[in-house]
Amino acid sequence: MNVPTHAAASRNADRALSVHGVVVFLFLYVPILLLVVFSFSDASNLSVWGGWSLRWYRKMFTNDPLLRSMRNSVVVALVSTGISTVLGTAAALALERYRRWLGKRTFDALLYLPVIIPDVTMGVMLLMWFTTINWSLSLTTIILSHIAFNISFVAIVVRARLANLDPSLEEAAADLYADRWQAFRRVTLPLIMPGIVGGALLALTLSLDDVVITSLVQGPGSTTLPVFVFGLIKRQVTPEINAVSTVMLLASMVLVFGSLAFQREPRAGANPEAP
Amino acid sequence: MTTTDERPTRVADPEFERKAERAEALRGFLQALPSYAYLVFFFAIPLVIVFVFSFASRSRTGRPVLSDWNLDSYAKLFQPIVAEIVARSLWLALLNTVLCLAIGYPFAYWLATRRSARYRAVLLVLVLIPFWSNFLVRTYAWRVLLGENGFVTEIGRALGLWDKLLFTQPAVFIGLLYGYLPFMVLPLYAALERMDWSLVEAARDLYASGWVAFRKVTLPLSKPGVIAGSILVFIPSLGAYVTPDILGGAKTTLLGNYIVRQFTAARNWPFGAALSFVVLVVMLIATIIYFRTDARTI
Repeated sequence: MNVPTHAAASRNADRALSVHGVVVFLFLYVPILLLVVFSFSDASNLSVWGGWSLRWYRKMFTNDPLLRSMRNSVVVALVSTGISTVLGTAAALALERYRRWLGKRTFDALLYLPVIIPDVTMGVMLLMWFTTINWSLSLTTIILSHIAFNISFVAIVVRARLANLDPSLEEAAADLYADRWQAFRRVTLPLIMPGIVGGALLALTLSLDDVVITSLVQGPGSTTLPVFVFGLIKRQVTPEINAVSTVMLLASMVLVFGSLAFQREPRAGANPEAP
Repeated sequence: MTTTDERPTRVADPEFERKAERAEALRGFLQALPSYAYLVFFFAIPLVIVFVFSFASRSRTGRPVLSDWNLDSYAKLFQPIVAEIVARSLWLALLNTVLCLAIGYPFAYWLATRRSARYRAVLLVLVLIPFWSNFLVRTYAWRVLLGENGFVTEIGRALGLWDKLLFTQPAVFIGLLYGYLPFMVLPLYAALERMDWSLVEAARDLYASGWVAFRKVTLPLSKPGVIAGSILVFIPSLGAYVTPDILGGAKTTLLGNYIVRQFTAARNWPFGAALSFVVLVVMLIATIIYFRTDARTI
């Protein structure tokens, strides 16, 4: 990017912007940091500091319903991410690589709707549909619902990557007598891999985040971690919830840095690493 | 592949070309088919079902009965209680969007105008972390801060500004602002970062003041980011469920909670369907505005 020389016209304006920036960062981070710090407090009340302790983490790891919900969450996130990554990538390829096919425009529009629709509406829709076709609510209906919104997110991320791809690379493969599958496997796939991984990590995050849709389509015993924690919060605020929250934040953090590591654009002209 | 036609064609037989094109179209269709079928079955049809059931009547268990079609659920929208909830949700969503924009724009501008690329990258990561962090956890953080003896409550008491914030409308509002601010900042940052800043320089060289250059050049060029951010904040704010449920009370019910309640405690599915449909229509209008305006700026 070319750096603006006049953009920050006066020093004062820039200083005001900097102060504003710092305040916004404090607003974004102080609540989360306090939450993490208090998960290590020995007091059973969140209003006083009781000295450092891992007591709430120990308690959390002996809380069976909580651990069960954690297991459910992992299963839902992994299965829905796996399926939606394959389906979403195929959808992105179909939209970016083929000029015209039956129903392409409708599909393009349909693919964007799950992204912008509010969670509540999506959950209500799926709940009514599962009830109409007499499917009993269970872990399966949760997974099916998560796939329904994750396909779109994966497809959008992969599509962005495909759109920036130099088509001459595939042409070169074809000129060198690579068949369609070889060209895809050896050229296209490695090039769009960062997009696919990025999409998959986004899908994982969204799946691990979802409260509203899951709470509408869950069956008995199929609660996921966020829905379970949501129920706990509504009953009572305890440092144990802080401990669970810290674990959830840690998971988010791993996913952010994972996605940043994979999304990094290869330098212009440089060859991306071959498989 | 899209580029096949740009290659010198060795065969000029039109019949052959048509066949090749048809094969190409079939391939594209087949690749999309699994996700296409999935979205039809688990999205498009459920969408239609919601619409159909909003005209159904309700059985004793609250489930819709597919006979006796009526407009009762839609008539219910005009009851004062419902109208109040709809108005409150729209107002809060709009207020949140405007405030996120007012706070987020100068913030994104600050991020995008830092000179060192490495510094910008670090700041961007700092914005991405809350963006990716669990929404429920971030809302819970405020549940503690605003609670009895919470940090923010104590400060307010010491300064004599407020006595109790939790379960009030301001608490819901703080939660929404905190929850959705990153959704505004990221598209704004993307638009400002991609902008051609030499245009601002050109304006300045032509003796435009800093403010005029901003208003006439920077602001119009960042408009796609403004619109995208506004949509990303407005739509989920309108359907907010977690935030008002954790930070709000009985008097701060928003559309999201009210809809879910129709499927749980109130057991009135057709009415819940009608409400969901209203949210959908508002969302579609917002999206159409988005695409219209976006197209105009290009």
